[in-house]
Amino acid sequence: MEVLIALCIGVLVGCGVYLLLRARSFSVVLGLTLLSYATNLLLFASGGLRSNQAPLLHEGGSFADPLPQALVLTAIVIGFAMTAFMLVLSLRALSDLGSDRVDSRRGGEER
Amino acid sequence: MNQLIIAPVALPLATGALLLILWRAPLRLQRALSLLATLGLLGISAALLWSTQQQAIQVYLIGDWPAPYGIALVLDRLAALMLALTALLALFALAYAMTGGDRAGRHFHALFQFQLLGLNIAFLTGDLFNLFVAFEILLIASYGLLLHSGGAARTRAALHYVALNLVGSLLFLIGLGTLYAATGSLNMADLASRIAALPATDATLARVAAMLLLTVFGLKAAVIPLHLWLPGTYAAASAAVAALFAIMTKVGLYAIIRLSTLVFGLSDPPMLDWLAPWLLMAGLATLAMGTFGAMATDDLRELIAHLVVVSVGTMLTGIALASPAGLGASLYYLLHSTLVTGGLFLLAERIAAARDGSTRLSEGKRPAPQHQLGWVFFCAAIAVAGMPPLSGLVGKVLLLMAAQAHPAFLAVWILVLLSSLLLLMSLSRAGILLFWRGSMATQIAPRPLPWLLATALLSLSPLLVVFGGALSDWTQATAAQTLDAQAYVTAVQHSAPVVPRPHHSGDHH
Repeated sequence: MEVLIALCIGVLVGCGVYLLLRARSFSVVLGLTLLSYATNLLLFASGGLRSNQAPLLHEGGSFADPLPQALVLTAIVIGFAMTAFMLVLSLRALSDLGSDRVDSRRGGEER
Repeated sequence: MNQLIIAPVALPLATGALLLILWRAPLRLQRALSLLATLGLLGISAALLWSTQQQAIQVYLIGDWPAPYGIALVLDRLAALMLALTALLALFALAYAMTGGDRAGRHFHALFQFQLLGLNIAFLTGDLFNLFVAFEILLIASYGLLLHSGGAARTRAALHYVALNLVGSLLFLIGLGTLYAATGSLNMADLASRIAALPATDATLARVAAMLLLTVFGLKAAVIPLHLWLPGTYAAASAAVAALFAIMTKVGLYAIIRLSTLVFGLSDPPMLDWLAPWLLMAGLATLAMGTFGAMATDDLRELIAHLVVVSVGTMLTGIALASPAGLGASLYYLLHSTLVTGGLFLLAERIAAARDGSTRLSEGKRPAPQHQLGWVFFCAAIAVAGMPPLSGLVGKVLLLMAAQAHPAFLAVWILVLLSSLLLLMSLSRAGILLFWRGSMATQIAPRPLPWLLATALLSLSPLLVVFGGALSDWTQATAAQTLDAQAYVTAVQHSAPVVPRPHHSGDHH
């Protein structure tokens, strides 16, 4: 399972970074989303991967670490809000700058 | 437990929420609320700063949860110093915004309070994940403040700033996940003692996490090569916002200090020891790049933004000396550079207003003499370049004296002094182009209040010199306490909930 998760994270990060380096804001948003999925998976796996375990400390037995799940939840909420903000900002940039390129400048603008 | 420790978090949170509810209320009411809260914050921070002199490190357990499990707020001298500096700078930035800048869009005051909330949590928290949350709060508030009152230049700068910081946040999370996988804790004090006891294989993983976190904090602090976002962003922000942002790079430096002296402070060898040569190189390179940027730019606001980069490099150099004297000099320089660059951003807008809105150096008109801007700029330039008799000199002399015993002292001396000379030249050039060249700008009546606020913030620089002895003693004591990780760890470990728990076994494995 570790290999599968590691591969998933690796592929997501690879795609995310590739998209992030594109020049159009929509690709950048998609790249950020993929990167945040990868990060969430990594956080989730950081407590160790165990299946069929009690979610909290079990008398004597082993248990699944609940803390990474709480961390992932926080990260998902924050990541979701930030993605939404980034989307709105991209739309604003499209109307303000007249193009969806991340470094676009208006014709008459200085520099 | 000192209940006042939670106040710098609770007060901006409550005020910000109230201001969101009251967003339709008259601007006068919103201004009064915001100003009262910021004044209150200054009073609270002063009281907290005073209390750190009387007592050692104080711990506040949120929700009365015992230390490694719940979130602990930790007030030591460094945290209190940063809180007080933030509140002081915020008061001037807010008062300046109230002279008209806050009228340009909605929710300025709510965003301002949330920005303070994020900053205050970042300085107080003793938990790394909570530090991440604090960063997110202060970042999302800063996105709003940066975009405030709009415009194409601001939107473009914000797009870059937001995308870069989102990647930074994700790296932060990856670092935290790695650190948690290696140690099983995120409480800073608990981490320090766990990292010290890690077996060699896990210690390598923890070091990887440390490097990831260092990258993130370096991005926030604008350390080379992660500094390229700063000039454009700060130059695009409105004056009051840019002045408040003068503290934002210091949050990154604060986090670097905590990471290297506290979280990895008890490991063998301590992180600061093996990191110091790299930090020194990064600091000096940042100093040099900021200086070149300041010489090359043709815009007053970008020039000041490059001065922020220079100050980051100077402080990082002080931290990299890895001695109480070096860190103390860095902290004194932090006080100086935050207040002076903040004041310069305010002054830049006064200059722009007096010369028909332009901050370009080479073209444009010169302001009419009754605006009284030339000599204020002259004094500010002296302060920021580090010439006698103002506070930049004291900070740099402290730094150079701290570097005397260091093996790389020659490099530090040459680069710091050369950078001062080059900055003096570029500031002189800016002054000549701004005030002596071009035709006289259209006569507009000078506005005394914003001018007075900018000048008042800058005139804290001579105060830093007058009280220089007491202040440098204070920063030295702060540095000594900061470098003593064991005292911090012990304070957190010995913190006990107010209500004793019957089943609390007390052992955490």
